[in-house]
Amino acid sequence: MKLTNRSKVVSNKVMSTSEKIYLPEIIKGMLITGSHLFKRRATVKYPDELRPMAPVYRGQHVLKRDENGAERCTSCGMCAVACPAEAITMESGERKKGEEHLYREEKYARIYEINMLRCIFCGLCEEACPKEAIFLTDRLVDVEFEREDFIYGKDKLVEKIDKRIDVTKRQTIEVAEFKKIPGTKHNTLWNGKKIKGH
Amino acid sequence: MISFILIKLITCTVVFAISLGVAAYSTLWERKFSALLQDRVGPDRAGPKGLLQPLADGGKMFFKEEIIPNVSNKFLFILGPSLFMITALLTGSVIPWGKDFITSSGKHISFQITDINIGVLYILGVASIGVYGIMIGGWASNNKYALLGAIRASSQMISYEIAMGISIISLVISTGGSLSLHDIVEQQDAGVANVVWQPLGFLIFFICALAETNRAPFDLPECESELVGGYHTEYSSMKLGLYLFAEYINMFVSSAIMSAFYFGGYNFPFAQELYHALGLQEGSIWISLIGFGAFFTKIVIFICVFMWIRWTLPRFRYDQLMNLGWKILLPLSLFNLALTVVIEFIRGNIHF
Repeated sequence: MKLTNRSKVVSNKVMSTSEKIYLPEIIKGMLITGSHLFKRRATVKYPDELRPMAPVYRGQHVLKRDENGAERCTSCGMCAVACPAEAITMESGERKKGEEHLYREEKYARIYEINMLRCIFCGLCEEACPKEAIFLTDRLVDVEFEREDFIYGKDKLVEKIDKRIDVTKRQTIEVAEFKKIPGTKHNTLWNGKKIKGH
Repeated sequence: MISFILIKLITCTVVFAISLGVAAYSTLWERKFSALLQDRVGPDRAGPKGLLQPLADGGKMFFKEEIIPNVSNKFLFILGPSLFMITALLTGSVIPWGKDFITSSGKHISFQITDINIGVLYILGVASIGVYGIMIGGWASNNKYALLGAIRASSQMISYEIAMGISIISLVISTGGSLSLHDIVEQQDAGVANVVWQPLGFLIFFICALAETNRAPFDLPECESELVGGYHTEYSSMKLGLYLFAEYINMFVSSAIMSAFYFGGYNFPFAQELYHALGLQEGSIWISLIGFGAFFTKIVIFICVFMWIRWTLPRFRYDQLMNLGWKILLPLSLFNLALTVVIEFIRGNIHF
């Protein structure tokens, strides 16, 4: 009885004369390997050559600052809740007097850590963020020797004041519009429904 | 006398350097060629286009730790690779690399280290000493894998030498009976390569050359999948390097022998017409150099075919190897010998 289409009947076929001489078969085989001489190489010489990357590639995260250089994150925890891999942890702090140039709102993230080994780079944190604070960028996470080094703190995540990171590709008008609407469920976008303005 | 010694010294050095250089770049080309056949890129990091890779490999080999196993026979352990290397290099000495040229003082200078009148016999003799290098190395390692590899190597080389010898006998009969390589090559000067008269003999010789140089599909002595590393399992550092290197020198030399025996050596079709068109006198150095270039091209083509075969065919099983050697190649070479005698008798080259 035939159970699958993949089963093969073993044959004890006697070799034909040309097969017994082997030479024609050897030449056939050599022609096959020889034809590969002229085929395209699949190799990308990585450090010298880069593979084309999507403009909205989801790589290492960045915590954005606003136009005055203050951190946008208010430690609301939406990203941590949205994160399916539970890679994000944070601790909140209260802004003191005189720190207005550092933090945009009264509450800020004193500690903000992303475990890059847990992160699956799905981008849900970015979608969840109501303050346009966290974005995924086209940078790659560096190679480290120790597991602890993959837990990125604020020192690695927050963008440097003098070295801003461009996320305009991910900050499309649609997304920005969507984030303006209070109380909108995220999946309305996914369902392709039109967002009705208030 | 002094000038004779000087000339021979220079030829020796040049042949030595060329053998080593070609062997070094064969290692690179082997990797590059296998990469090309497998749709990869191959080594391209060391130097421009990876051309310094052999130097890097050689340097690595020299600086690696040299391990001599406690239980091994130290003298034989060192003798093995050196003997293998020596025999590999010795064979190159009877190959005529180019036409003789005549200096302005009327002196004949040969592009051959020595033209001994039993050159063919010498090659067979040296080639069969080659097996001692492997056998001694494998035995002295005191390791089962190495010993198995050595046994395989010796039985394989001895088996295939017979068919090789008989195919050479038929070649010698059809070329007029001289055992000197110089004569064999010169006799193809007319433009007809020996392969035209000895196609079967060439095929047998080629297969045996593959087996003698331990190249795939006959690389049973060092098959990694069964014997770890075969006869050089215990070797490290430059002693391993010598074994690997000697394999490439063997390949180079056997390619040279094949092109000299069957493809006219430094002769090529329409050579006389070309020399005439270029206005070169008989005995000019340019004729020698162009001939050497033609010879070298043939050698390179043969080396490429060796590699092409290696990266196409799977390895023989041991019984298949012995079957092929004793039951197919030996009768076939005997048949070829009989056929040659008949044909040469009809052509009127043999008289009883």
